Amino acid sequence: MFFAIVMVLIVVGSAAFHFLSPWWFTPLASNWGYIDDTTVLTFAITGVVFSAVVLFVAYCLWRFRHREGQKAHYEPENKRLEGWLTALTAVGVIAMLTPGLFVWATFVDVPDEASSVEVIGQQWLWSYRLPGADGTLGAADNRLVGFDNTLGISPEDPAGQDDLVIEGGELLLPIDRPVRFLLRSVDVLHDFYVPEFRAKMDMIPGSVTYFWVTPTKTGTYEILCAELCGTGHSYMRGTVTVVTQEEYDEWLAGQMTFADLST
Amino acid sequence: MVDIPHEASESAPPAEIEEMELPHAHGWWSTYVFSQDAKVIAVQYAATALAIGAVALVLSWLIRMQLGFPGVFTFIDAERYYQFITMHGMIMVVYLLTALFLGGFGNYLIPLMVGARDMVFPYANMLSYWIYLLAVIVLVASFFVPGGPTGAGWTLYPPQAILSNTPGQQGGIVLMLVSLILFIAGFTMGGLNYTVTVLQARTRGMTLMRMPLTVWGIFVATIMALLAFPALFVAAVMMLFDKLLGTSFFMPTLVEFGEQMSYGGGSPILFQHLFWFFGHPEVYIVALPAFGIVSDLISTHARRNIFGYRMMVWAIVIIGALSFIVWAHHMYVSGMNPYFGFFFATTTLIIAVPTAIKVYNWVLTLWRGDIHFTPPMLFALAFIVTFVNGGLSGLFLGNVVVDVPLSDTMFVVAHFHMVMGVAPILVIFGAIYHWYPKVTGRMLDDTMAKFHFWVTFLGAYLIFFPMHYIGLMGAPRRYFESSDIMFMPESAIGLNAFISIMAFIVGFAQIVFVFNLLWSWKHGKDAGSNPWRATSLEWQTPQTPPGHGNWGKELPVVYRWAYDYSVPGAAEDFIPQNQPATVTHEAPA
Repeated sequence: MFFAIVMVLIVVGSAAFHFLSPWWFTPLASNWGYIDDTTVLTFAITGVVFSAVVLFVAYCLWRFRHREGQKAHYEPENKRLEGWLTALTAVGVIAMLTPGLFVWATFVDVPDEASSVEVIGQQWLWSYRLPGADGTLGAADNRLVGFDNTLGISPEDPAGQDDLVIEGGELLLPIDRPVRFLLRSVDVLHDFYVPEFRAKMDMIPGSVTYFWVTPTKTGTYEILCAELCGTGHSYMRGTVTVVTQEEYDEWLAGQMTFADLST
Repeated sequence: MVDIPHEASESAPPAEIEEMELPHAHGWWSTYVFSQDAKVIAVQYAATALAIGAVALVLSWLIRMQLGFPGVFTFIDAERYYQFITMHGMIMVVYLLTALFLGGFGNYLIPLMVGARDMVFPYANMLSYWIYLLAVIVLVASFFVPGGPTGAGWTLYPPQAILSNTPGQQGGIVLMLVSLILFIAGFTMGGLNYTVTVLQARTRGMTLMRMPLTVWGIFVATIMALLAFPALFVAAVMMLFDKLLGTSFFMPTLVEFGEQMSYGGGSPILFQHLFWFFGHPEVYIVALPAFGIVSDLISTHARRNIFGYRMMVWAIVIIGALSFIVWAHHMYVSGMNPYFGFFFATTTLIIAVPTAIKVYNWVLTLWRGDIHFTPPMLFALAFIVTFVNGGLSGLFLGNVVVDVPLSDTMFVVAHFHMVMGVAPILVIFGAIYHWYPKVTGRMLDDTMAKFHFWVTFLGAYLIFFPMHYIGLMGAPRRYFESSDIMFMPESAIGLNAFISIMAFIVGFAQIVFVFNLLWSWKHGKDAGSNPWRATSLEWQTPQTPPGHGNWGKELPVVYRWAYDYSVPGAAEDFIPQNQPATVTHEAPA
């Protein structure tokens, strides 16, 4: 009896917490509103299922609690009921998975017009490299990393000479322009995560990983490392500021090229 | 032979198995210490697992002290914090949950429930425990070596795990890997035993489709563990080579503090695939025994046959099989080829279907039952709530695109604690309250049990339900300091403090449980041989606690499934499995 009431309170309390508490996604600042929508849809479906199951259990506990002379009903199986429940579950799963996979298809497909920004992680610092006037990033390799070339950019590759290098500073992005982040690490795993963009990806030494995003709101957002990378992991922060195209061009003009830094 | 599991038979097939020769004990040492009796080994496993679990519980307090009150407890620095979370996770998953479900409950219940005298290889069974104990000792030793235990996170991802900016990279990581290798070797001896005993040593009439679901859960989990642990084994050996011999299985070219390391050509992602090829089945290695046990607890204490037994068995088998092709859902943002996401999201969400069937069948067992609110039943009901909650939050993380913002955040921490921490541990408690009378001959105290139950269940729910929302905001997991994240509102600090206080309370309530275990051993109410009026064979032993060999002179013969509760026309509301069909009732209409 008491347990049945507790179960009802759990459902009511959880729902109240969900709707009334101030804790929710940070305001979205990118094109990934679809991710938020899929999440909200998942909350709706799972919330209904959770409430239905727990409330049904609460009802059973109240209705079928032991009393003198009561006897349980003997019924080994009920194929029809089991079949219906299986089918209903399958429908719920499909309702969540289908939009999820469609959104994922856009997530992995970088638009052709996206500009490239390379992000380099090292314990416990973020650095960036942008293609110069030629529009391409020069080759890079961890074998070339040293005190005078902390990002391992190849001095042999002419395409790399005009690359803009930002070590440990702030990153700016133009608003409403798709960006392809190319992610590298010089030491251990890191993860480039901007909660307001709703996207993240691990960075692996020896590989280049990627994801893309279109910033849609100006402002300054914190970059968090989301893959344990040693003692300083939680201090590996940076900021990315989304600005208008004019502000961006101005900022870009003030950056040093790899060639500037090497001389 | 028996096509419909719930139909009782009048006779049993003739005995084909010869009486096994038991290595009887010859003195105190071989009775209580180097025993080859599965029941003693089970208690040894359980006691060791609970003891090391207590260490992990204390570590969780230390973690929550930092997260709830950052900067207050200055002896917790980042290095120690990462050591605490690593050891807490590894101990709980491997050394407590796996060892307790398979080594503890598996050893005690398999022979008794299938009507065997013992495990088929008693000597290997004994070795299994002693190697497990050695693994635990090696693990604990890492707290005392220079540099302390490893702080690489329980996933031990290279390259970070063996490099110098990770705590415990001197001795801690080596001892961790050695301990895992030992654990797997020890487990393999036990695991082969459990599997072969189920396949070969069942008594007359005990067909596979008449086995209690507890045995099914442990049996399938053991097969999975035998197939999954080798992946962790090779990963541990290779990482040990990378660390000690300078090989580069998992180590690419990399630079540490501006200095080139001599590694090159290895793949950190390969380690993740090996780890999760073990790690995901591991979730179900813990969950399936819990599924099985909880089915039996619900059925017994609701006095009703488990609903849809055949579906329950097939769901266990299908979940076990599917869980081998979903591992990369732990790696959606690992940088593996993103097109894998389509495949692994689909397989992962398919698992939801057989899992949901299990939930429905537990609930439908309650429906039209005769529900007794005994301590085992309370824990079983709490399991349903927490498991459904944690299972549903898994649908967020399994659906690849929803996982992208949530992966590596506190949402994940909340999810897996609810589904594979709280839920299975509630089953463990329920199971201990249920079978303690068989192990000791005495009942656990009811008042203490109820106090323990309410504090643990409600407290745990209040810890982990709100925690999802901290992750939803974007707070990463494994953060020594998260209150200073730009977007975190002041109120989140209060929420973290609340969660920590609940964690301390739930932790302290466990003292009542331990006290109850010790106190009732001598002072508990006399249990008799079948206090729950249950049908399965372990309650039909001639002695309680059962002696070495379990059954006295003659093995029991099985005539029916384990769920003949409240059969119409029967005198009692339960019919033991070893009662033939003729003497009880005419066929139900």
